[in-house]
Amino acid sequence: MTATLTQGLSEPSLPQLGPFPDGDLGGIAAYLRGRIIQMSHVARTPHLGSCLSCVDILVAAYWHALRIDPAEAESADRDRFILSKGHAAMALYTALAYRGFFPLELLHTYNTDGGKLSEHPGPWCVPGVEAATGSLGHGLGIGLGMAYAGRLQDKSYRVFALLSDGECNEGSVWEGALMAPAQHLENVCVIIDYNKWQATGRSEEVLAVQPLADKWQSFGWSVEEVDGHDIPVLCNALSVPNGTGKPKAIIAHTLKGKGVSFMEDDNNWHYRIPTVEEVGLAFDELGLQ
Amino acid sequence: MRNAFADEVTSLVQEKDNLVLLSGDIGNRLFDKFKEKAGPRFLNCGVAEANMVSMASGLAMSGMRPITYTITQFMTSRCLEQIRDDVCYQNVPVIIVGVGSGLGYASLGPTHHSCEDIAFMRALPNMTVTCPGDALEVRAILRQATAHDGPVYMRLGKKNEPVIHESVPDITLGRGLMLREGDDVALFTTGSTLPLAVKVADKLSSKNVTTRLVSMHTVKPLDTDLIEQSFKSKRVVVTLEEHSLIGGLGAAFAEWMADNGPQKAGLYRVGTSDEFLDKSGGVAYARFHFGITEEAIVSGVLYRLNSSANASVHAQPS
Repeated sequence: MTATLTQGLSEPSLPQLGPFPDGDLGGIAAYLRGRIIQMSHVARTPHLGSCLSCVDILVAAYWHALRIDPAEAESADRDRFILSKGHAAMALYTALAYRGFFPLELLHTYNTDGGKLSEHPGPWCVPGVEAATGSLGHGLGIGLGMAYAGRLQDKSYRVFALLSDGECNEGSVWEGALMAPAQHLENVCVIIDYNKWQATGRSEEVLAVQPLADKWQSFGWSVEEVDGHDIPVLCNALSVPNGTGKPKAIIAHTLKGKGVSFMEDDNNWHYRIPTVEEVGLAFDELGLQ
Repeated sequence: MRNAFADEVTSLVQEKDNLVLLSGDIGNRLFDKFKEKAGPRFLNCGVAEANMVSMASGLAMSGMRPITYTITQFMTSRCLEQIRDDVCYQNVPVIIVGVGSGLGYASLGPTHHSCEDIAFMRALPNMTVTCPGDALEVRAILRQATAHDGPVYMRLGKKNEPVIHESVPDITLGRGLMLREGDDVALFTTGSTLPLAVKVADKLSSKNVTTRLVSMHTVKPLDTDLIEQSFKSKRVVVTLEEHSLIGGLGAAFAEWMADNGPQKAGLYRVGTSDEFLDKSGGVAYARFHFGITEEAIVSGVLYRLNSSANASVHAQPS
């Protein structure tokens, strides 16, 4: 797959991306990060830190773990992936586009008037978006419904829901956390993008999310703690059916803004928009120029 | 109404293999037969309404036809955002069923009253809002709802309400069901006030006032043809509901009037006022408190008929 991106990116000094590095998952993650940073700059949309923290998870899921076929995006047997932390929509859109779910050109319409790609994903706005999200604490419950339907229909698909640690403030998350083990929904996998920040502060200081892994374990989930930026580890964690009869929770320790030194673990990048110079610096660090 | 619902949904689950009933930990014994027939297609979601509604939307996105069921107040305002975002925004066929609507649980206090739910549900894009008037309307509407390709809200009463129809009526969602025709008054009732509306019409008849009586089982979409025709041909149009005057059936009529210019007939809205009922008491007491009684309504109608006979422009006494 070769990317030729110019439309919508006409700002003369804006760094441009080269060919898409098909095959190498680390290279794909770096490329997607670059594309997301570009998009944030062009569209003037925030949540960059939240997007960058979950890129490696998305790459492991879409390029390795999920049993999906972009040409059959609505196949009844497909695995489902729900971006419950809908504010990371730029990360989802870029992953889906480069995975082949929809034409790359559509990315240029992100956040434009009359476009399909809003700052939070709408219902089936493009192929591959399984559920509209944006308000936190909805994706797990929706996923549980999909998983329960799979059981009723004797299907073997799995359902993944990517949540943020801040999202675990929502009571509805814990309603879902109580339901899945009660119904032994082994086909459900929650991934927590545990970047230790939420919109305005350290997540452990805002509400007592710690110890997060213990919480999910005590609720009856099979818990695995991983480095959320180690793609081979993520691929393994996402792929292996847990075989315990329990739903699975992957606590992925991540860095908000991962991949760009001046964004990493700096919560200003929850809302900041990168300048063209900062896009360039980021591309340098990501090895994209 | 709840027994009719349980019975009808038990029939339906044997006809439709994609029907699923989600309950919010209520209906002890009510669904025993359903559970026998449905197995895992009955799911007690616990006292966790938000998750129940989200799950219903996920089920609907995956080819199932879920029905959620619990006490109206918890089935609507408790999880309003899940209904809005997961069901209505995604526009999936979920049937949201609330039981004990309006003042049905009067004695349990305002935490269990639901006099705002029509307003909440009516404001949601894609939502169809239904309020069956008796147990037979419950059966007819439930069947229609399971065939409807989008979200439906069903606002049930409690149990042992009088049955008005003689057989299951032929119902079309969005079309008022006329029970009797009359020349002077058009009385539109929605939900569990249907038996009261019949009494009001009978009493008016004994005073030589004839009434077009309509069970307005669907509040959204509104049967505007019937409304327009009623305002043109009657002297007074009455709306009756166990719901706030803010946002319910009467409000929908008032909105229609605002959009459609002066009408020949005046509008008389009967419903609950803008307050919580902070005294204990049963349904009859609660209805009396809010003026939802035969005597109050008959006298209100007669007053307006006299006013309309004496004036070309109808003043609405407060």
